Amino acid sequence: MEAFEILFQASFWVAAIRIASPLIFATMGELVCERAGVLNLGIEGIMVAGAFAGWMTVYLGGDLWFGVVVAALAGALFGLLHGVLTVPFGLSQHVVGIGVTLFATAITYFTYRVALPQVTSPPKIVSMQPLPIPGLSSIPVVGEALFSQTPLTYLAFLAVGVVAWVMYRTPLGLALRAVGENPAAVEAQGISVSAMRVGAVMAGSALMAVGGSFLTLSAFNSFFFEMVNGRGWVCIALVVFGSWRPGKALLGAILFAAFDAYQIRLQSVTGGLVPYQFFLMLPYILSIAALILVARRATYPKALMIPYQKGER
Amino acid sequence: MTGQTGAGAEIVLRLDGITKRFGALTANDAISLTLRRGEVVALLGENGAGKTTLMNILFGHYVADEGGISVFGAPLPPGDPSAALRAGIGMVHQHFTLAEQMTVLENIILGTESLLAPRSATATARARILGLGRDFGLEVDPDATITALSVGERQRVEILKALYRDAHILILDEPTAVLTPRETEALFGTLKRLVAGGLSIIFISHKLHEVKAAAGRVVVLRGGRLAGERIAAEATEAELAELMVGSAVPVLEIEPASPGPVLLALDNVSARASRGSQRLVDASLALHAGEITGVAGVSGNGQSVLAGVIEGMVAPDAGRLVVADVPVEAWSPEIALRQGIGRIPEDRHATGMIADMSVTENVVSERYREPRFSRRGLMDWSAARRFAASLIAAYEVKCPSPDMRVRLLSGGNMQKLILGRALDGAPRIILANQPTRGLDVGAVAYVQARLLDARRRGAAILLISEDLDEVLSMADRVVVMSQGRLSRPVARGALSTAEIGAMMAGRNMGATPTGEMVHAA
Repeated sequence: MEAFEILFQASFWVAAIRIASPLIFATMGELVCERAGVLNLGIEGIMVAGAFAGWMTVYLGGDLWFGVVVAALAGALFGLLHGVLTVPFGLSQHVVGIGVTLFATAITYFTYRVALPQVTSPPKIVSMQPLPIPGLSSIPVVGEALFSQTPLTYLAFLAVGVVAWVMYRTPLGLALRAVGENPAAVEAQGISVSAMRVGAVMAGSALMAVGGSFLTLSAFNSFFFEMVNGRGWVCIALVVFGSWRPGKALLGAILFAAFDAYQIRLQSVTGGLVPYQFFLMLPYILSIAALILVARRATYPKALMIPYQKGER
Repeated sequence: MTGQTGAGAEIVLRLDGITKRFGALTANDAISLTLRRGEVVALLGENGAGKTTLMNILFGHYVADEGGISVFGAPLPPGDPSAALRAGIGMVHQHFTLAEQMTVLENIILGTESLLAPRSATATARARILGLGRDFGLEVDPDATITALSVGERQRVEILKALYRDAHILILDEPTAVLTPRETEALFGTLKRLVAGGLSIIFISHKLHEVKAAAGRVVVLRGGRLAGERIAAEATEAELAELMVGSAVPVLEIEPASPGPVLLALDNVSARASRGSQRLVDASLALHAGEITGVAGVSGNGQSVLAGVIEGMVAPDAGRLVVADVPVEAWSPEIALRQGIGRIPEDRHATGMIADMSVTENVVSERYREPRFSRRGLMDWSAARRFAASLIAAYEVKCPSPDMRVRLLSGGNMQKLILGRALDGAPRIILANQPTRGLDVGAVAYVQARLLDARRRGAAILLISEDLDEVLSMADRVVVMSQGRLSRPVARGALSTAEIGAMMAGRNMGATPTGEMVHAA
């Protein structure tokens, strides 16, 4: 019964939303890339780079928000690399994506070692503090969970709204979706396919990096190796889970985060009867199950992973 | 309509000495052309005559090596589709450029608004699309998703895309290739209303009667050069055909069939494609030795399911297949091949050949397990290469070496190779699905002659084609396919093109043909 009561605790939902925040940023980023027809497997490395860039900026004396901006710029830079290689050059998106992940991760560790050759444990920074919204945060459970978070979490939810608005309400979003469906149609209407796709990958990668920076600037107060720990790959699954729609992807991210928060609490409730590895595994198993159920009927962007060469049919 | 239209009217478009070379091939050789306000000019020519290349230069997809273009007197910058759009040129490509999972409205307004606008003005756009639809006979629901539309409706969306951008010059590349006769008539009605409204239209086609029906002036291209220009009303079809082909057109000489026993029969077969919505409903069909059975119909009406059932790619939900009087127990592509079915697949790029593998590897792909090509699990590549070389020689494939990658072959040569592979070993039953689609006139004649050879030696042939003229000239019996159903077989010449057209649109499917039935199935 105790296992069930967890679901009604405000602290559980606060944790779930906090865990969801970096996933929401990065999932939106991946979604923007994929909607434009580019699978960005650089996500894992870009999140590492974003986590480091944001933290390093603050460690060197920058403001927290300036750290977020630097992380976004770093992400956009890796996005530019990924985009140029996959779009005008038309290289394999899988190979480039894995390459960007390895490159971004490696250069992050390299920079870390060069900047801090002597330290054994990573220095701490003063990270973002929760900013409860007056009134709203005193609504039991739901209000506490949603409105007593750090500003970066609020920004994550705002990002979902902005992505959804841009995608479905603006000419830019129309062109973005069309370029992932049929780039020839976009070309025929006088819009540059390359510019659209590279731009989308850069914007998406910036969002991924901000997701990474959430880990160092809001969730924790330091930078560790292995900090991102596969979250990027989870986000790729969340995009599929959300059928390439921002709203559904947001729900997926919260669901996954809730599983994660739940398993931590479940470990203490069962008191060692069940090996803790089982609980660690739980979110992944549940998300695979959900993926299978939901994604079978998903309509994916028709031109996803297909390089577009002008004049070729 | 104020102002003069037709002859003597203002020149809206001038192509001047356009030359375009692709390596050794000159696709366009010093072509000059003018288009006046309010006229329809047909650009007539065989596949490979350079029509599409010329239009792609006009639309900025290619850059001409020599020559220039002016629109309303102003020179058009080369190689820039958006400049062509701004100059008022709209193009309806042969292969539609629509984003299929998006709505009609979204497809039409794509690229017409500033990308920085905070939101799309969908309400005004919807009203405008409906208005244009009413004015020009292009009615289509703006909020329908493209996938839900018929081919004819999709074409209307393409035309609306151009009109929405205030195009003054409309280029239609082979617009009737995918339409039923009735849809074609509706399109011609629309074209008349458009030119009455002051537009100028270039209409690309290789079909003589359509050119005469729709155009005022006909410009004929042959082998990349301008072969001549005629007033459509004054020119005869024979005259245009001669200009187009260069000499009097050879008429297919077909001796009467001498049908033998039934080699393959479908008894009340129903099946469904694993992907997409195509299906086959309660279809019965008998293929006789020494006879060509033609399947006429607009593509997408279940032809690929029919072919799939016969070649073993699609398992029927009901009914049975009978091969040489023996009902089939198990059926798969492998068994079908062993039973002597030669296949010419519908799409040579998608399923016919593996583009990045060599000619040798491709031609043995159906038979590599036979003892002549492999022993004890090891390939005998020298035997395979000899086989490839023999096919290259026997089927006149232009290809320097059996080791060449298939991707580098032209469509016609690729199809000859597929034909050679399919006809090797004199199959009893031949499934020819769109065997001449996209080929030039020489390759078409070659493929058709080889199929007729196979008929002469007693093969039962199923010819599926969306080219009605081809079906009517080649097939001894014709069945019409519409929405997954097959009509009763009709002897060659028993029904007029108009009657068959009506059946293609799903009407009078069960009607008893006016002519005599050749051996009822």
